[in-house]
Amino acid sequence: MKKTREMRSSAESLQVDAHGRLKHFLSIDGLDRGLLISILDTAESFAGVGERAIKKVPLLRGKTIVNLFFEPSTRTRTTFELAAKRLSADVLNINATTSSTTKGESLLDTLRTLEAMHCDMFVVRHAQSGAAHFIARHAAPHISVINGGDGRHAHPTQAMLDMFTIRRHKGEFASLKVAIVGDVAHSRVARSQIHALVTLGAAEVRIVAPRTLVPPGVESMGVTVYNDLHTGLADVDVVILLRLQNERMQGALLPSSHEYFQYYGVTEEKLAPAKPDAIVMHPGPLNRGVEIDSDVADGSRSVILRQVGYGIAIRMAVMSMAIGSHAAAEREDG
Amino acid sequence: MRVRIAGARVVDPANSVDAITDVFIADGCVQGIGNAPDGFEIERDLDATGQILIPGIVDLRARLREPGAEHKATIASETRAAARGGITTLCCPPDTDPVIDTPAVAELIHQRAAESRLARVEVLGALTRNLDGRNLAEMGALKEAGCLGVSNALAPVTDTEVMLRAMEYAGTFGLTVFVHAEDARLADGRLVHDGPVATRLGLAGIPEIAETIGVARELLLVEQTGTRVHFCHLSTGPAVDMVRDARSHGLPVSADVAIHQLLLTESDVGSFEANAHVRPPLRSLDDQARLRAGVRAGVIGSICSDHQPHELDAKLNPFPETEPGISSLDGLLALVLDLVDAKELTLVQAVAALTSGPAAALGVERGTLGVGAAADVCLFDPDEQWTLDDASMLSRGHNTPFKGRNLKGRVRICMVDGRVVFEAPSA
Repeated sequence: MKKTREMRSSAESLQVDAHGRLKHFLSIDGLDRGLLISILDTAESFAGVGERAIKKVPLLRGKTIVNLFFEPSTRTRTTFELAAKRLSADVLNINATTSSTTKGESLLDTLRTLEAMHCDMFVVRHAQSGAAHFIARHAAPHISVINGGDGRHAHPTQAMLDMFTIRRHKGEFASLKVAIVGDVAHSRVARSQIHALVTLGAAEVRIVAPRTLVPPGVESMGVTVYNDLHTGLADVDVVILLRLQNERMQGALLPSSHEYFQYYGVTEEKLAPAKPDAIVMHPGPLNRGVEIDSDVADGSRSVILRQVGYGIAIRMAVMSMAIGSHAAAEREDG
Repeated sequence: MRVRIAGARVVDPANSVDAITDVFIADGCVQGIGNAPDGFEIERDLDATGQILIPGIVDLRARLREPGAEHKATIASETRAAARGGITTLCCPPDTDPVIDTPAVAELIHQRAAESRLARVEVLGALTRNLDGRNLAEMGALKEAGCLGVSNALAPVTDTEVMLRAMEYAGTFGLTVFVHAEDARLADGRLVHDGPVATRLGLAGIPEIAETIGVARELLLVEQTGTRVHFCHLSTGPAVDMVRDARSHGLPVSADVAIHQLLLTESDVGSFEANAHVRPPLRSLDDQARLRAGVRAGVIGSICSDHQPHELDAKLNPFPETEPGISSLDGLLALVLDLVDAKELTLVQAVAALTSGPAAALGVERGTLGVGAAADVCLFDPDEQWTLDDASMLSRGHNTPFKGRNLKGRVRICMVDGRVVFEAPSA
């Protein structure tokens, strides 16, 4: 037990400085409730910026942010870019799936090259779990790293925008029952959501999936496992659906998308056991007719499109807090 | 040189010796224990009061990286680390490049070891040609070239008929088959123990059944063929039970465990610690306890280093892209002594698992201080404290999750054939 705690504290210290300020944002795991609340509160203060005529605040003027994407992404990269621009930062987009890394350059060499260009922050997306931790460990000390999704491990800004959505629509977490439905085993979003919901004190966090999509020992993260959608959705306030990747729909995990929809696809009818005012969320992109029926996706309980908008505010919050902590640390050192 | 090592606690499980006594060495052999042989004129008298003398350690599995991966390590560099660590025999698995599937490669390794003269290096020949899992290697020729057994190293033999025939054929020549028992389809492309840590980190997990299904198949094949099988680096509790039951039914099987499996668990992967990336993976606390119990009960007869030195870059990547393996020669003895300190093993059990146990698995007359035996000995100070770090490691690979660990017990003198291959400068 002692060992586990030591490991945790080392993970924490990678993300948080001695004063408890956010240095890197790699994973929800290891961050405390106070810090998550302050991310949500900071995002709240940015939420109106996009509605103004001049959609910019000068917080990160003169800073350079690199979107370092080793995996294709549209919405995450775009919202990070918009968030950075609204903070007045300069943004460099590097699509590493088509750049030097495919020519065999090591990740560390790519990192050193970018460091030499005096960047202040890397937003990283990578297909391998642990990539953001690796980059944070090896990046120069003045650089902040934001995890934009690594393998199956974590997607903390997505989870925080989901928490933001829940708080806006449902209020305090302590009274909420939340069901996460779908492919938890392969989902970085689900892992980060679970850590966030548990840390923020949700009354109950459930995962609902066939046994092939439930990772072993997931109960140790603080969730209850349901294999049946009907009982899993009973009395819940929030339903979060996960995207089912195309490649999972055949082979040994699932027989077909048709059968998946039959047992786990959410329709208006299957939402009946949930509370009447329950909201439905999805990180996108949607597979209509697989994990979600169009009636639900476009229905009155869906907050899916709102989530996208909140994503910008959350990313502004995380970026400004992480760069802010470095600036504060430099002031103290100076 | 006629040597007396005087006043050490001599622990020699092969001969049921555990006593403070004198050991007399000459002409490369142990000449006497307790009393000097007639006419023995001492040329060098070593006062070893307060120290412990054991047979030289026999390490069942150590990658020396030569031939094929000399950027990671060489026979010269690794035998130097072995001598410093009291290891007098190293056994090299066949997954070199080229693979040890021809006598020429075995001879090359023996030749390089003979040049270094710092440790004996034994080799296992390939079970299948180029470890392809399909075509039998020329095991007869490999045996003649000095291979002590055959193995497919970490490469799978998924086709059960091939494994059946390979065992039959190895048995024809009296060769022991050293197996990495694992169902390849449940392990390929996966990284860590399939448990809470894998789930938290989003790393694909290798389930326990990957090992137990592998062990079950090989045990049934042993029953069928009668060929002697040695299970390499067991990692799970249920596999220990299966090997225990097989032994109690008289099947000719033995097993070893890697030292890190006895001291670390899945939680040491922490937040993607690449140095804890090893295959088979670090398992649960329960598995660790059952592996320790297996060593105590003698079901697991050997503790090995499972040494896998790497260059720095091999671990400088996101966790899934790092190469598995731990560099373990430098700390092996002291880490095993940690288990003695923690009362998990008696000193005699620990020494047996480092000497007579692995010698028996290899079928060699070593790991003993019997009169007439080759004088491969390791004299260590059980109280000397040191830190495993870049400065103290002689292996070229510094990839170990034990780095920074404070250890107790350090080699003073190591001899091979009565020849001093390492001696610590006297304090």
